Amino acid sequence: MSETQATTVNETNYLNASSTLRSWLLTVDHKRIGILYLVTLTGFLLIGGIAAGLIRLELINASGRFFSHETYNKIFTAHGVVMIFFFLLPSIPAVFGNFLIPIMIGARDLAFPRLNLASWYIFVIGGVFGLSALVLGGVDTGWTFYTPYSSTYANSHVILTALGIFVAGFSSILTGINFIVTIHKMRAPGMTWFRLPLFVWAHYATSIVIVLGTPVIAITILLVACERLFHLGIFDPALGGDPVLFQHLFWFYSHPAVYIMVLPGMGVMSELIAAFSRKRIFGYTVVAMSSMAIAIIGFFVWGHHMFVSSQSIYAGLVFSFLSFLVAIPSAVKVFNWTATLYKGSISFKTPMVYALGFIGLFTVGGLTGLFLATAAVDVHVHDTYFVVAHFHYVMIGGAMMEFLGALHFWWPKMIGKMYPERVSRAGSILLFIAFNLTFFPQFILGYMGMPRRYHVYPPEFQLLHRMSSLGAGLLFISFAVVFGSLLWSLVKGKKAPANPWPAKGLEWETSSPPPTFNFDRIPEVTEEAYAYETLFGDEPGPTS
Amino acid sequence: MNLLSILPVSASAYAQQVDALYLFLVGMSVFFLVLIGVLITIFSLKYRRRSAGEVPAKTRSHYQLEIMWTVIPLILVMVLFFWGARLFVRYSMPPNDAVEILVTGKQWMWKIQHPDGRREINNLHIPVDQAVKLTMTSEDVIHSFYVPAFRVKADVLPGRYTTLWFRPTEVGRYHLFCAEYCGTEHSLMGGLVYVMSKADFEVWQKADGGAAGVGQLSPAAAGEALFKAKGCAACHTETPAALAPSLHGMFGHTVKLNDGTEVTADENYLHESIINSQAKIVEGFLPIMPVFQGLLTEEEIQQLIAYIKSLTADKGEGS
Repeated sequence: MSETQATTVNETNYLNASSTLRSWLLTVDHKRIGILYLVTLTGFLLIGGIAAGLIRLELINASGRFFSHETYNKIFTAHGVVMIFFFLLPSIPAVFGNFLIPIMIGARDLAFPRLNLASWYIFVIGGVFGLSALVLGGVDTGWTFYTPYSSTYANSHVILTALGIFVAGFSSILTGINFIVTIHKMRAPGMTWFRLPLFVWAHYATSIVIVLGTPVIAITILLVACERLFHLGIFDPALGGDPVLFQHLFWFYSHPAVYIMVLPGMGVMSELIAAFSRKRIFGYTVVAMSSMAIAIIGFFVWGHHMFVSSQSIYAGLVFSFLSFLVAIPSAVKVFNWTATLYKGSISFKTPMVYALGFIGLFTVGGLTGLFLATAAVDVHVHDTYFVVAHFHYVMIGGAMMEFLGALHFWWPKMIGKMYPERVSRAGSILLFIAFNLTFFPQFILGYMGMPRRYHVYPPEFQLLHRMSSLGAGLLFISFAVVFGSLLWSLVKGKKAPANPWPAKGLEWETSSPPPTFNFDRIPEVTEEAYAYETLFGDEPGPTS
Repeated sequence: MNLLSILPVSASAYAQQVDALYLFLVGMSVFFLVLIGVLITIFSLKYRRRSAGEVPAKTRSHYQLEIMWTVIPLILVMVLFFWGARLFVRYSMPPNDAVEILVTGKQWMWKIQHPDGRREINNLHIPVDQAVKLTMTSEDVIHSFYVPAFRVKADVLPGRYTTLWFRPTEVGRYHLFCAEYCGTEHSLMGGLVYVMSKADFEVWQKADGGAAGVGQLSPAAAGEALFKAKGCAACHTETPAALAPSLHGMFGHTVKLNDGTEVTADENYLHESIINSQAKIVEGFLPIMPVFQGLLTEEEIQQLIAYIKSLTADKGEGS
């Protein structure tokens, strides 16, 4: 691609440039901020995961065993709030977007490095509010905060949790603005829009959704708080409000938010598939534009969450139609990724196992999305475990698998160590099996009529619930293997070369880990992304 | 119920229509999943890396393929859209012969009033092959009335009426769930729908001497009593000099308001005009009616509306 940067062993890099706590907490280096997010988000993932474990533990028995109704409700709310607002929404953009976008486009940092650090602090402050609500006794509204339950009836820490989400939202907005400006203004010479890695395109689309959508949830949360604190009649009909208005506002953000969570994963996906089949992504332009199409159409489908909410049936029909349309760009992406494998040179390193797993799980998630877009079927499965299963196939099968794929793919770059290939690969395969065992039975449960958010349930659903809980136990073991082997590699891992796979892309042309300012000289880009036919240049054989 | 079957019991013709569409979706999904799975497996085996330095040739982009896998899914989803939409629209229109049953949701129970005045809590007894239309509201938060065996569900909202209808075809007992999270005992808010043979239903209706035998008036009769007790009759006198508009023959018809707009006098309009009487004033009248917000329970409001509706039915202009 461009001239390879001369790198020598043991030179200073962004990790060992300084080692004081102060140098980490006051860093404006996008790579260090990415690591700060990685540590913070892993903490939230653990909390959200423990809540998930408690839910599955309780549902082993149809009549519940360990918790009161109130405690159960608080646990599933904690799981949803933490996983969505404090893990999945920031996950890939805040960690990998932060770390990689400047390097991938040949820049020394994001456009606004201090703003980037401020975003992390704002996120941490939001997280502290969210966690303090949890510690003080929790909140029992569900992550969706439907009114008038949340605004008038719930006796729990709604305001504190809402404040946490409100504050964390600003972190997202600032990161989104930072990415948009960086991608527009900081590309290296020769890095044209259609030479950008698809990871960058996906983050560009995501940033637009973040910047346009997040203010809406912020306003909605403020309105709930106003009604709760000052009894302003906005959502509660007893005060003259409209309860369905909340759902419109909430889903106007929260449906696009699903794309905030999954689009960056699709970007990761394109990088992995290209690298491990040594092929330019089939239909590069189509894949890039499908991200933009998802981002735009995604804003007009929110009403499919409300087919049974008393929304007019004509609105329901329009939303059903538009929801089918938004499925097309996702399907096109899946076909293009599959076609990329054709006549490739495919290797099954751990990140590729995650990528192939993603195709399978995301295809199930996407196809079951069609069930929910079909108005008459949705009426039956709305608010049942079918939706829970669909959502987890898209979010865990999609976003989470890609988070882990990205973590393994760029781990050598970020940390400078190789993860243990065989253990990590075994972990990824176990994760795939455990995931399906956990969530596939929930599709059946849902169509059988099992409502979501039920603490106790009719005994005929118990067998399927137990399969799901067994899967959840296996999921815990696989996560332990996955994260255990990464932690092991921190200490014992082999030192990573600059380009271990080897893969194309500017991030692989700088040392592992990269120096503080990424490149000794700003590279000049002379070829398209994923030009794998020139992978080894004139010298055959891998560089490592 | 067979645990290994992937379909729940279905107890109406509509449920079977939903199942047919569902099975079509399942078949289509399996097809595409297998297609993608087989392609990935074949490519993975055939094009696995054989030497570390292997570099495959570049594949050109192929716009015919891109168009093909955009257009074929588009056609398929349009089929799904129209199929789903047709059922959805049909399901949204209750038939004229439907019996109206009033439902009130409250944390955490369902209160049900039959047309003859009999009441139930958390259970619903209905005769087989009889269309039933539920007119529902909530006294507090949002609930959702869900009977999986009929494949129907509708949210139940405070401050307005929503409807749900079904025509059960199979005698049996079916789950009734609240599907919208409504607080602490959400998972206990449910019971059973008993679909009974006509004969059994009549026996059930007549038990304890019928509704009157257990001291329960029909909603319309109870509403008439309330109408007098709450002083409504003082202004709604049905005379030319009345201070309030006539209620006879009003239900289901257009009402002209003093700001020049027109509304249809349906349940939601009547509900608003009772609890928040200043919101819409009928042309030619003064805003003198007291606000009944908080002074009437949702069940009482339902009874008053049932009475007002009966005034139209009496005139033979029923909607």
